[in-house]
Amino acid sequence: MTASPVLDLGFLGFEQGAHLLVQRALRDLPPGAELGVTGLDAALPVHLRAWARKQGHGVRESTDGLGVRAFVIRGRADLDRWAGAVRAGGPRPDGILARADPSWGLAARGALVEPGGPAPRFDLVDRDLVWADIAPSLYASAVAAQWKPDEAIAWDVGFALPEEIERAVVQVMTYLVENEQAALVIPARLLARIHPHFREVQQLLAVQAADEARHVEVFTRRALLRGGELGTSSVSGRESLATLLTEPDFSLASFLLSVLGEGSFLNLLSFLDRHAPDPVTRQVTRMARQDEARHVAFGVAHLQHQAAVDPALRGRLRGAVERRHDALADTAGLNQDVFDALVVLAAGEWTPEAIRRGHEAVRLLQQEMHEGRQHRLIRLGFPADEAAELSSLHTRNFM
Amino acid sequence: MTLVMGAVAYDPKVVTIWGGFRAWLRARDLDFDFVLYSQYERQVEDLVAGRIAAAWNSPLAWVRAERLARARERALTPLVMRDTDQDLTSVVVVRADSPYKEPADLKGETVGVGAVDSPQATLIPGAYLRSAGLRPGEDVRIRRFDVGVGLHGDHVGGERDAARALMDGEVAAACMIDGNHLAFGQEGTLPPGGTRIIGRTPAYDHCNMTVGDAGEDERRRFEELLLSMSYADPEVRPLLDLEGLTAWRPGRTEGYALLDAAVDEAGFYDAEGAVTAAEYAP
Repeated sequence: MTASPVLDLGFLGFEQGAHLLVQRALRDLPPGAELGVTGLDAALPVHLRAWARKQGHGVRESTDGLGVRAFVIRGRADLDRWAGAVRAGGPRPDGILARADPSWGLAARGALVEPGGPAPRFDLVDRDLVWADIAPSLYASAVAAQWKPDEAIAWDVGFALPEEIERAVVQVMTYLVENEQAALVIPARLLARIHPHFREVQQLLAVQAADEARHVEVFTRRALLRGGELGTSSVSGRESLATLLTEPDFSLASFLLSVLGEGSFLNLLSFLDRHAPDPVTRQVTRMARQDEARHVAFGVAHLQHQAAVDPALRGRLRGAVERRHDALADTAGLNQDVFDALVVLAAGEWTPEAIRRGHEAVRLLQQEMHEGRQHRLIRLGFPADEAAELSSLHTRNFM
Repeated sequence: MTLVMGAVAYDPKVVTIWGGFRAWLRARDLDFDFVLYSQYERQVEDLVAGRIAAAWNSPLAWVRAERLARARERALTPLVMRDTDQDLTSVVVVRADSPYKEPADLKGETVGVGAVDSPQATLIPGAYLRSAGLRPGEDVRIRRFDVGVGLHGDHVGGERDAARALMDGEVAAACMIDGNHLAFGQEGTLPPGGTRIIGRTPAYDHCNMTVGDAGEDERRRFEELLLSMSYADPEVRPLLDLEGLTAWRPGRTEGYALLDAAVDEAGFYDAEGAVTAAEYAP
């Protein structure tokens, strides 16, 4: 018979971590095998028994008189606990599985997951419903491109605007805040539904929400820069945004918000950069545009990915645009105050000729938005005529 | 017929544990349900009166139930117990820098114990001190920490308060179950190495699943299912963790002799199971 191994704990007691050494010594022993334990701590026999009992190990008092104070009889609770454990995919993107097991819950991707326990309600568990290969690199560049409103914007630069121009700026900012709040809430809601297995998408949406939080901040600060009151918020604008909030399907929400809505906003923000009457307005719209371009890129990439695996997707995208158009058919579209403010900003002054130019500029803006949407729809595989038709059904509220 | 078990709600987790076990047992063709009691005495009385078929009993509840049943010429069975219910000990602990070397040195001093109805921190240590020649209340003053009276010491608060009183110098020694001495050292209630064990009781058993008027088939199925619960089963393991066991073991009565004697010595219950303890109002 082979003598049992003996572990000498020295001065170390169980109140100070002795269980780590015992556990380590037991690790490679088979259930039923014995480990002799010796040590100088007076409480060792009491504590060893109390600890072993809780861990499912037995204890035999020692009678060998050779200094061993007790024998631990190895139990199997630790082995049983991990018997059915599985790896939750792999930690890198190539370890992402087609479907995440809901019972993995919040476990890190690639972790060895003890089976059992609660299964949190993440309903988006299929890779193809949320994924785009560009997500990891887009997240990395999004993190690298974060900017601080206090540093990126020269808030204290001196400028003076005629009162009515300032009021137009404030009206546009009021509108932007309203839209950015929708753009903040939607990815925040979606990311909470995505299984953490697809963490790069969650991370990307988290940064997207943070981007929008920053946009809400800078647009609000610009609106309040000269101490005035905010502009108006129309029912029609809010109705348009409300239809975005109620879209439960991840891909359709992503399509309506990022591809069509934020895509149109890229044109709007360029327009505001071009026609900004002051440097602060120019800076806040320019910075926001950089972020929005990433949001659009992810939306397009995700839908391209999904369209490649799901030929029925385009039909559903079309249906989503049509449904939203129908829902908004009886609404007024863009807040008239916003439209007028855009004209005033592009006009720059209150002469008939300037207003004509301003009006023409806003018409061209809408044309650019229409072309941009068609371009992105074509990238998603829509034929040109269908892309033109769908783009024309997009909300007149832009977002 | 539904097998109805009583359990004492000493902690909110009791609902999680028995709600989980209930679902598990019912999924395996045992018509099982449970009711909760706020203290053990009523549970024991209902068990003996046949109002419930089984009771998840503290060791003190077992001792009383057994006495009540015997007085009515009935028999109760300790069906199963947790692996962690077997061969426990309690310890008498002093501060490391104190002069006491053995229990007899505590003569004339104050000893902190748990709640009046705690088997592990009051009754069994009391008997142990008597066996060392110290009559509680005469040779040593007893300072009780009555937390959760009626819960038979399931509430750890009394033992923890006794441990704190020890470190605050209010008592010369404190009594507690071996596992709590370790736990108090690990959590910092007692400084590691700051105490010495000067006495340890013989081994005794703790809770058991006491069965009374259950149908033979239900009783057998109940026993069989509990004993079959495997720590490798991910559905049941979190419940076993909450209840503090890795396996159920067949019940046994030998481990209650120590407490039975301690109950007599302390006059806690009489031979017929009536509550005779002074200052015990669960």
